[in-house]
Amino acid sequence: MPTMLEVTGLGHRYRSKDGEHIALDGLSFDVNAGELVCIVGPSGCGKSTLLRSISGLIRPTSGQVRLHGDVVDGVPSDLAVVFQDYSRSLFPWLSVQRNVEFPLKKSLDKAERRERARQALEQVGLAGAAGKYPWQLSGGMQQRVAIARALAYRPALLLMDEPFASVDAQTRFDLEDLLLRVRREYDTTILLVTHDIDESVYLGDRVVVLSKSPARVVRTLDVDLPAQRDQITTRESEAFVALRSEVARLLHGQPAGDAPTGNGRPSAGRAPAKGKTGTASSAGSTAASSAGSSSGSSEKAASAKAQPSRNGQAANRNRGKGNGAKSRRRGRARR
Amino acid sequence: MNAKLKQFLQRWGVFAALVVVWELATRAAVSPFFPTPLTILRTMRDQWLSGPASRLFLSDEVFGDVLPSVGRMLGGWALACVIGVAVGVALGRSRVAMDYVGPLLAFARAIPPPMLVPVFLVLLSIGTPMQLATIIFGTLWPVVLNAVDGARAVDSVKVETARVFRLPRHQWLLGVVVPSALPKIFAGVRVSLSLALILMVISELVGATNGIGYQLIYAQRQFDLPTMWAGIVLLGVLGYLFNTLLLAGERRALSWQPAGRG
Ligand SMILES: Nc1ncnc2c1ncn2[C@@H]1O[C@H](COP(=O)(O)OP(=O)(O)OP(=O)(O)O)[C@@H](O)[C@H]1O
Ligand SMILES: [Mg+2]
Repeated sequence: MPTMLEVTGLGHRYRSKDGEHIALDGLSFDVNAGELVCIVGPSGCGKSTLLRSISGLIRPTSGQVRLHGDVVDGVPSDLAVVFQDYSRSLFPWLSVQRNVEFPLKKSLDKAERRERARQALEQVGLAGAAGKYPWQLSGGMQQRVAIARALAYRPALLLMDEPFASVDAQTRFDLEDLLLRVRREYDTTILLVTHDIDESVYLGDRVVVLSKSPARVVRTLDVDLPAQRDQITTRESEAFVALRSEVARLLHGQPAGDAPTGNGRPSAGRAPAKGKTGTASSAGSTAASSAGSSSGSSEKAASAKAQPSRNGQAANRNRGKGNGAKSRRRGRARR
Repeated sequence: MNAKLKQFLQRWGVFAALVVVWELATRAAVSPFFPTPLTILRTMRDQWLSGPASRLFLSDEVFGDVLPSVGRMLGGWALACVIGVAVGVALGRSRVAMDYVGPLLAFARAIPPPMLVPVFLVLLSIGTPMQLATIIFGTLWPVVLNAVDGARAVDSVKVETARVFRLPRHQWLLGVVVPSALPKIFAGVRVSLSLALILMVISELVGATNGIGYQLIYAQRQFDLPTMWAGIVLLGVLGYLFNTLLLAGERRALSWQPAGRG
């Protein structure tokens, strides 16, 4: 799979009255076409700044972002963002349908726009709410409108900034599964930012772990879970539990800014703490209904396609990290 | 129905009571300067509703004075609104423009609009152009300043959303900035409407050959006080009517606002 997005040495510092604040400190990672990459980092580490740099909304102070090989300078045309503050990103004076149609006005005629919006709203299960105003919907529904709007735009790259952070657990599981489903149907490349470890492992083909502020890439991990994921069984699986523990250790276990060395890290296969297993499975059981809603046929097609993308990645991942980590990753990628 | 009636009585009860008190007081006082409300009403009917049935009983004065006045007022006000919104949105979305013209706007707004009448009277002499200029120039600033405020305050997430979807300029301005600023714009437009009425009358008091204001000052000079009072009441009625219509329009235009926010 070709590389869609290349982030090299990306740095950003905010200048304000009381000095400078380094938000991003030389981040490098790639996203391949068709991948869903999760970026997980502590709160306030600079995740939104990263997405805003990638989307061309702000200019990085060092390094560069390439999309389809071209340096990003200004917002690229085939990119969409689902903002962290989704309710503020919807236009309250437009109905749900018109919100979804709004960005399509420049490129499509009325009938096409309407059809695309209808389709996207149906995808996210909001066909019945098309005529309502965003503020008449619940938070989870508003988020789905924002997702539908981004999907209808058919971007090559979809950036999502903590899209499920402010909804309740049940809705969150539903939306996660929804994302996995529509992602396959639309064949979109997604870069999703989250501060939730479980979510990053559950959703991602790969997980990029960021350090505390200023953000650096601590490590990039492959998620070797079956492409078809399930809120209960996936979260219970040994591989999932091991991965989430590893991400957690990378996030919390190392002093901020310390380059990862790989020493002293317990093996990934180690059984996790009992308490954690408990939360994972009890959370999974509440998601029973949502997990059952994924359709079987599209998942098979997607899993066939997901394989090659994973094998091609080991080479261009995360330069300059510890050797131990690198070989471990390779080992996992080859299975 | 009962609740509606109650609301109606609540709204107009005090008003009606005051009119009755006024009627009694003016009857008791028998002053030529204060005709009774009934006399005023009768004068109004004679003035404006004494025409032929084919013209809905509207008299010549309606066509010769009232309609020209209303036309100038609404025309000037509407033009001021269009110009004001366009200029205000442009200024509000420009990062530097307000640094340059901000003081100028503050100064222009601080001039009491009636002071423009002598200026335009000299520049344009008596007639409709002078009145339009006065009304436009006097009502422009509240619209401009409110539009600037509104356009500046577009929510940052909506700004970024518009940039991400690369909205064309017209869609950005008409589809995002103007709707965001609309509540503020309406606040300015409402202030301007009442200013327009004032300026219409004042400009006609000194610089017109027809119109409600002209009729009013003419009656005053003739010591025809009931006609003068009729003009005053008519102005009140018109002001009330226009404001009510504008509020209805505003409610429609802002119907997308969640309840309790508008
Ligand atoms: N416009 C700005 N000017 C100055 N500093 C900023 C600005 N925006 C963000 N910052 C700072 O940069 C750091 C990173 O902010 P950012 O919003 O990218 O973090 P985040 O990881 O997205 O946080 P969260 O998890 O809360 O969403 C924070 O310390 C913040 O205070
Ligand atoms: Mg953020």
